[in-house]
Amino acid sequence: MDFGPYLLLAMLEGAVLAAVLALMASGLSLVFGVMRVVNVAHGEFYMLGAVMAWVVTQFLAGLGGGAAVNFIAAAVLAPLIVCAIAAAADVTILKRLDYDPERVIVATIGLLYVIQQATLMGYGPDARPVVAPFNQRIALPWFEFGENGFQMYYPWGLSTTSYKLFVIVAAVVLLFALRLFMTRSRAGLVMRATQLDRDMATAFGIPVEKVYALVFGAGAALAALAGVLIVPIQQAHYLMGGDALLLSFIVVIIGGLGSLAGTVVAAVIIGMSDGIISVFFTPTLAKIIATLAVALVLVFRPQGLFGVKTR
Amino acid sequence: MSRKDLTLHLGLVALLFALHFILPAYHHGIFARVMVLAVYAVGYNIAFGYTGLLSLGHAMFFAAGMYGMGLVSYHFGVPALPAWFVGVACAAALAFVVGLLALRTQDVSFMIVTLMFAQAAYLIILYFSEVTRGDDGFVIPGALRAIGPFDLSDEGTRYIVAWILFSTALLFSLWLVRHPFGRVLVALRENEERARLLGYDTGRRKLASLVISGTISGAAGAAYAGLFGYVGGSFAGVQYSIFALLWVLLGGAGTVLGPFIGTLFMFYLIDLATEVTEAYMLIAGVVLVLLTLFAPQGIVGEIRRRLWKDLP
Repeated sequence: MDFGPYLLLAMLEGAVLAAVLALMASGLSLVFGVMRVVNVAHGEFYMLGAVMAWVVTQFLAGLGGGAAVNFIAAAVLAPLIVCAIAAAADVTILKRLDYDPERVIVATIGLLYVIQQATLMGYGPDARPVVAPFNQRIALPWFEFGENGFQMYYPWGLSTTSYKLFVIVAAVVLLFALRLFMTRSRAGLVMRATQLDRDMATAFGIPVEKVYALVFGAGAALAALAGVLIVPIQQAHYLMGGDALLLSFIVVIIGGLGSLAGTVVAAVIIGMSDGIISVFFTPTLAKIIATLAVALVLVFRPQGLFGVKTR
Repeated sequence: MSRKDLTLHLGLVALLFALHFILPAYHHGIFARVMVLAVYAVGYNIAFGYTGLLSLGHAMFFAAGMYGMGLVSYHFGVPALPAWFVGVACAAALAFVVGLLALRTQDVSFMIVTLMFAQAAYLIILYFSEVTRGDDGFVIPGALRAIGPFDLSDEGTRYIVAWILFSTALLFSLWLVRHPFGRVLVALRENEERARLLGYDTGRRKLASLVISGTISGAAGAAYAGLFGYVGGSFAGVQYSIFALLWVLLGGAGTVLGPFIGTLFMFYLIDLATEVTEAYMLIAGVVLVLLTLFAPQGIVGEIRRRLWKDLP
């Protein structure tokens, strides 16, 4: 393949990663924005989403359901289950720590290992696939201005699948829905009120503790949804949360902690550059550059590249 | 330094020396390993327990010591003792550079910045796998693992060397926290603003604390490479950073004996768990959650709170 088609392929792969990353990171960002805590177990909720998707589709396939129906059921049920688990963890652990930022980080590190290792015990160390609801191969054309004038042809290897395109579209729709939910609905208003001033919200009769449990659950559900979307492309494995957590940390920090728009922009930048650097160099180099970039952003520009300085 | 403090800590040192002659072979081996790892925890405790710098990336200092020592002996055939000093110097230099950058941030940002630096260090080890042998790691040639006539791969020598290193680290840490410098570190942990108002240069002291902490952690890593002969990427992974936090929290952050007690307990707990299940890290997770919920002071911290008010 020539350089041009190769670059397009890398960008397509990057766009899929960016879509999933944007969903997952917006969950992390939502939790940080409203509750002011960093959830280190976020990657494990992503992993749980993928694993639950496998469990649900496997169960329904046993009952004789079709691939598309099973997948839709998984996309609804898996995030709900994960949401319930996360809300329970919030009530039993985070609430008792009074949401102290440092202690929450230590506790969620513990939670990370509990979830990951419990999955290892229950689900096993194997990577397992989930069948995509549809998966047609789409060959992509490439245009070139050559000796015979302008021509269009289909280079070998330049293709994507309909499912990958669906992931990108689904992520965009979900992110718009999330934005509408936060800005237009009453529940979103309550969340933003709690984010702005916890004490004042309590004074106005907002059940802050319930809001926190709900936000923590919703953040986890977003990660789980990202996990469900990725599992037909990447198999479900009990260690898949680690890299995903690292990447969403990178995205959230570069985008500015707690800012949803910044998170999405950063997800596109990180997803694209990760895809492109991974294709042309190695994934390890891409991650080294990204982690160092994040550390330096935090050191020299703590509000994030797109954030506005507060105070 | 009161006589009581000194008696207690010298008592532990003497007890560990006596155990060398008593312990059965299996536990003798575990204690040697625990003492080396406890040095790492002692180093971590100076930053986290006494200065309040919650780092999530101390594995990079442990690994800097380990690779500094391992690479010069593996590639250039440098004998154990000079190679150990190279390892310690590498860790000190890394701690200085990381400190200069990371200490510009505080609290949660500091945790994430150290985590990211450590992750970058881990990935760099994997990336240059031609030099570092990546995830597989490498074994230091047996001929180099000796100090003069003493062969470090011998069980008895290994225990004694680990004991010397641990005793030095423990007594140094006791001396440090009773020294005026150590008391300023505690003041920083309790209230940095007030310490600054009292006229202390808080930035420089935090940097010094982190360099001391990283150097001791690196000394442990370099000793681990020399004593057990293996250098591998897994020691630089995030899990080893979490281990240091776990050991110190369990034993008691901000206590001199805590790191050793925590390392010993956790090591045996995980050793028992591996016999039952491959998901042994479950124990680590459960202990972390329970500690933050019910005993943020740790074992020695609880003893200090209930029984012995001025335990160092």
